[in-house]
Amino acid sequence: MSGSTAAPDRLDERLVPTSPLRKLLGRPELGSVVGAVAVFLFFAFVADSFLQASSFGTVLYAASVLGIMAAPVALLMIGGEFDLSAGVLVTSSALISSMFSYQMTANVWVGVLVSLLVTLAIGAFNGFMLTRTKLPSFIITLGTFLMLTGLNLGFTKLISGTVSTKAIGDMEGFESARALFASTLTLGGVEFKVTILWWLALVALATWILLRTRFGNWIFAVGGEADAARAVGVPVVRTKIGLYLGVAFAAWISGQHLLFSYDVVQSGEGVGNELTYIIAAVIGGCLITGGYGSAIGSAVGAFIFGMTSKGIVYAEWNPDWFKFFLGAMLLLATLLNAWVRKRAEATT
Amino acid sequence: MGAVLAVVLAAAGCSSTGGKRAEERAAEAAEGRAAVNTPRWTFAMVTHSGDGDTFWDIVQKGAEQAAVKDNINFLYSHNDEGNQQAQLVQTAIDKKVDGLIVSLAKPDAMKAVVAKAVKAGIPVVTVNSGSAESKEFGALTHIGQDESIAGEAVGDELNERGRKKALCVLHEQGNVGHEQRCAGAKKTFDGTMQNLYVDGTNMPDVTASIEAKLQSDKSIDAVVTLGAPFADAAVQAKQTAGSKAEINTFDLNAKVATGLQTEKLGFAVDQQPYLQGYQAVDLLWLYRSNLNVLGGGQPVLTGPQIITADDADALADYTKRGTR
Repeated sequence: MSGSTAAPDRLDERLVPTSPLRKLLGRPELGSVVGAVAVFLFFAFVADSFLQASSFGTVLYAASVLGIMAAPVALLMIGGEFDLSAGVLVTSSALISSMFSYQMTANVWVGVLVSLLVTLAIGAFNGFMLTRTKLPSFIITLGTFLMLTGLNLGFTKLISGTVSTKAIGDMEGFESARALFASTLTLGGVEFKVTILWWLALVALATWILLRTRFGNWIFAVGGEADAARAVGVPVVRTKIGLYLGVAFAAWISGQHLLFSYDVVQSGEGVGNELTYIIAAVIGGCLITGGYGSAIGSAVGAFIFGMTSKGIVYAEWNPDWFKFFLGAMLLLATLLNAWVRKRAEATT
Repeated sequence: MGAVLAVVLAAAGCSSTGGKRAEERAAEAAEGRAAVNTPRWTFAMVTHSGDGDTFWDIVQKGAEQAAVKDNINFLYSHNDEGNQQAQLVQTAIDKKVDGLIVSLAKPDAMKAVVAKAVKAGIPVVTVNSGSAESKEFGALTHIGQDESIAGEAVGDELNERGRKKALCVLHEQGNVGHEQRCAGAKKTFDGTMQNLYVDGTNMPDVTASIEAKLQSDKSIDAVVTLGAPFADAAVQAKQTAGSKAEINTFDLNAKVATGLQTEKLGFAVDQQPYLQGYQAVDLLWLYRSNLNVLGGGQPVLTGPQIITADDADALADYTKRGTR
């Protein structure tokens, strides 16, 4: 099929109108949408309880916890960088809120805001180190990851005397903060966690930034070819630091959700989750090399992940095989993405 | 040709002891059918175990054995992150299971979702960790070991053995029960006791950490590990470091039993994981079929049981089978 209607030698090829179908085929998240439909149908057939409304609430919650982080991580990957410290940063953020409020006997909201500042500072540190040292982000954030893991444990033990924080459920401001970060909405008898709304809002915001703002163009530019971007006047340093701040902001939301859901934070958690965020972004069509991907794709990736992790339980399979299934799914999704992208490019 | 040769060789070189065949015979003997005529209920068990954990494998074996006997459809799932474990409990509620078994290593993360299960009319039994919270959360019974009591038993035993300076090796950051064990041991132990934190998911790292500690402090004469696989790591660390410390451990496995027999290990504190799984399923079955509740509002204890070289011989077979 050919979408061009004009003779190419008379009209600049960039001005040729493309057909809607071609536009759709060119979307980074198309492959993952096909994958999501396949996974959904698969579990709908093999697991009876998967199609219940209440199960859907559970799956969406699982997806949202991951998706809140996957959206800014996808943007960062489009910008050509990684953040391996994102998983433990979530735990750090929750620990800071909890311990600051408790130790200062302050209104919980004070701790929440202090945590926002500190978390953003850690994100800025990642971006600053990256742009100043010119080391790969893989190394920089690996260092941050290890340092944060140690700080989480060390500080918690030092301040609280145990490996988890003290309960702050009886302090002022806890209820209102819980309403914002960890409440449950009941719609038609099904319980939906508020994180689903946060997730959708973040994905919408990330998509708008990516496709409708100057900053979005800069993200694509620095991820595609940083030197060329710098040469045409794109502020590479500011863009990359901004991307790390985005990840930090989402880590703060996720951290507050953990804290206000359970009121106590375990200092050792979060390790390994950074890879899950990357997996969700990659399933959603982001390229490991940067310069290509979408925020909507990350949401679809997170949704696939949520369906799989819970679908296996609904299907009553032996959980020993879960990781194998996850790895196979990652490969399949990525292959599908690559294939769809090739087809889309071939029809030019 | 090669296959024929292999078969001939295998037939000619039969072992009359051990191997796959002995295992199959044992399995045939243990093969069971339901001993009751109650309806086929579904019970779900959700624990805080990591992947490939020896202890929880034994718990699962006990639960599966009871499930066969009681005509139960038994589902098992686990995750070591509190938030994920809570989600798994939620999936069990979505499935409308007839009974729920949970471990409360991270009680705060489990509180809301267990309450939800109770509200949905699902009988809940807690196992292994959470004896303090079980009743408050609305569970019928808690089956497990009181970690503080178990720790105190270790302190007493160390005193009896005349130890002066002990090391408590914690392999799971964030596990409150582990903290209680070391605190309990510290309480009754007359000597000094230090805590050492290691990353339990990384065995070489565990060995290296214990080694470094034993090298830096030659006066340590007892090491207490909190899980069976870590005892072996500690034994190796002791050899490399040239330390005289006696290695003791919580929990059993085949290697610990052998270690006790050969006196490489001093003693083991068993909490009978098989019993925790078996009893949990059985108690839920009793509740569903006859509204029985065990324990009179108190936790039902499966330990501590101090096991030394004298008891190890009798247990060796069961540890090899993976049920002790």
